[in-house]
Amino acid sequence: MSTKPFVVLDNVAKRWNGQLGVENISLDIEEGSFVALLGPSGCGKSTSLRLLAGLELPDEGKIFIEGRDVTTSAASDRNLSMVFQSYALFPHLSVAENVIFGLKVRRVPKAERMEKMARALEITGLEGLESRKPGELSGGQRQRVALARAIVAGQRLCLMDEPLSNLDAKLRTSVRKDIKKLQRDLGITVVYVTHDQTEAMSMADKIVLMKDGRIQQIGSPNELYNSPANTFVAGFIGAPAMALIESHILGGVEDGYKIGLRAENISIVPKGEGKLSCNVTEVEFLGSETLIGLEHEGAIGLTVLQPGLLIIPLGQQIDITFDDQHLHFFDSAGERLPG
Amino acid sequence: MSKHVNMERRRQAIYGWLMLSPAALMLSVFAFYPSGATFFSSLFSRHTRRKPSEFTGLENYNDLFADPTFWLVVKNNLFYAAITVPVSIGIALAMALWANSKIPARGFVRTAYFTPTVLPMIAAANLWLFFYTPGLGVLDQIGALFGFASVNWLGQPETALWAIIFVTIWKEAGFFMIFYLAALQTIPEDYKEAADIEGTSRWTYTRRIVLPLLMPTTLFILVNAMINSVKLIDHLFILTKGGPSDASKLILYYIWEMAFAFFDAPHAAALTILVLSVLCIVAAIQFLYLDRRTHYQ
Repeated sequence: MSTKPFVVLDNVAKRWNGQLGVENISLDIEEGSFVALLGPSGCGKSTSLRLLAGLELPDEGKIFIEGRDVTTSAASDRNLSMVFQSYALFPHLSVAENVIFGLKVRRVPKAERMEKMARALEITGLEGLESRKPGELSGGQRQRVALARAIVAGQRLCLMDEPLSNLDAKLRTSVRKDIKKLQRDLGITVVYVTHDQTEAMSMADKIVLMKDGRIQQIGSPNELYNSPANTFVAGFIGAPAMALIESHILGGVEDGYKIGLRAENISIVPKGEGKLSCNVTEVEFLGSETLIGLEHEGAIGLTVLQPGLLIIPLGQQIDITFDDQHLHFFDSAGERLPG
Repeated sequence: MSKHVNMERRRQAIYGWLMLSPAALMLSVFAFYPSGATFFSSLFSRHTRRKPSEFTGLENYNDLFADPTFWLVVKNNLFYAAITVPVSIGIALAMALWANSKIPARGFVRTAYFTPTVLPMIAAANLWLFFYTPGLGVLDQIGALFGFASVNWLGQPETALWAIIFVTIWKEAGFFMIFYLAALQTIPEDYKEAADIEGTSRWTYTRRIVLPLLMPTTLFILVNAMINSVKLIDHLFILTKGGPSDASKLILYYIWEMAFAFFDAPHAAALTILVLSVLCIVAAIQFLYLDRRTHYQ
């Protein structure tokens, strides 16, 4: 891996009529990595991607791609490709024409064009569909045409804006694997926008979690899951997300903190032996395990995972316990405390 | 089983015919029957006090083909269509592309372009009568500023048809623009962005993406413009009355003149039938040939 990052966003900001778009976006992306921009809708992840693509120009900050300042460059001068959420396939052009549209615009000679197209179609498994129109394809096939169009140009940076959101759940899982494999095989750098944490966790080398136009945390899936930088990250990552407990209700901990605890680190114990006593509010059988939602006045999102089927009547009081080493501490402002 | 399937099918058919019947009835009374009646009367001679009407077959048609005014009028109308149809479509497209782009005062531009369409043709013609008036008219006034001599735009055979053509384009372009504008707004922003990333120039994007996607609209407008080039003659009544020396006379005006100024209904009927058949053929070609080359979303 080169010492200099492949893509750099340096303190980038974009505002619309004084309204917040994104603010203070600083991000280094290494060549060949898979970076996911993750966050709830309206958090500025798509805006960040569009700034990187050159579809929007930043009000502040600088953007570098391959060491070149592209802050004000046109999208076409940034040497990148993009997969749109809607795929943006031209409906009147066939699959083949859609895929080679960019090559034609760039005046690539015909022989080379055909060769590249054949390869792109082979990689995406679209052979035999060359002459179909997008309207005659299934959602998954359309998605693959969009991918083929993005990789045919051979750009080393590929941006993807929620490419799986129009697919059904089953297809999403398989295409997720295909995209990841494609990225690894071609050695390209992918910046991937999604609101689905499963996608981000399973595909990305690095996740950028955003909220309200600001980056909350940058790190590997492991870092985000196991050491969330603040209570937002704690409450966003993981299904179920981390429970947050007011410190005063736990014995032996100072007042004024928030304490995070994951469902898998909580266990149910016989009455009187636990550290907290809670009401059961929800029992959800997931097949291999049962998710039990708990209620306590000083805590939000408390859940326990138990293997197999476990039926507990709603409203019943149960005692829970946990190991202190699994606790995450946050200060009153929600920031993670060291240690 | 087949029995109640048959019943159901028949019920569906009756339902369909019931839905169709109001429109079919209205069209029969006001379009199909008059067309048939017109064709029928075009086969008879003119009824005068001395000579009653009698069946003459295609005599009326032969008379028309032998009439030099008929050929002049046909030539005028072909020329009129050849200019007004492509030019008004071209201008409409250009205006729509402009009014659809991100420009300041976009709403004003759209309204301004659409205004001529809102005016009744008679009012518009009166307006242009004032523009064209020799000496007093706006055109002459502006011309005088640059030292040009006064031109009687409507009063000389060389310019009369051009003056009519100009008014028609002015009137129609804004109307067609609205259709293009509506079609342009259905083209997602993504297409432009996807093309931008590939480095597509504005012109290539317009030619390769926008124009093909506008084809259904263009086809619709084309048919309408062609029909209008025969149908729209209101301004002739105000501006030139077909003159001078038939230089700006169009087919429909000639039909009106024949029927209601010269009271020669059979010849007018024959001419009407000719116009109808030509329009039918043109529409058929457009829909059968161009339709196949058009992408519908």
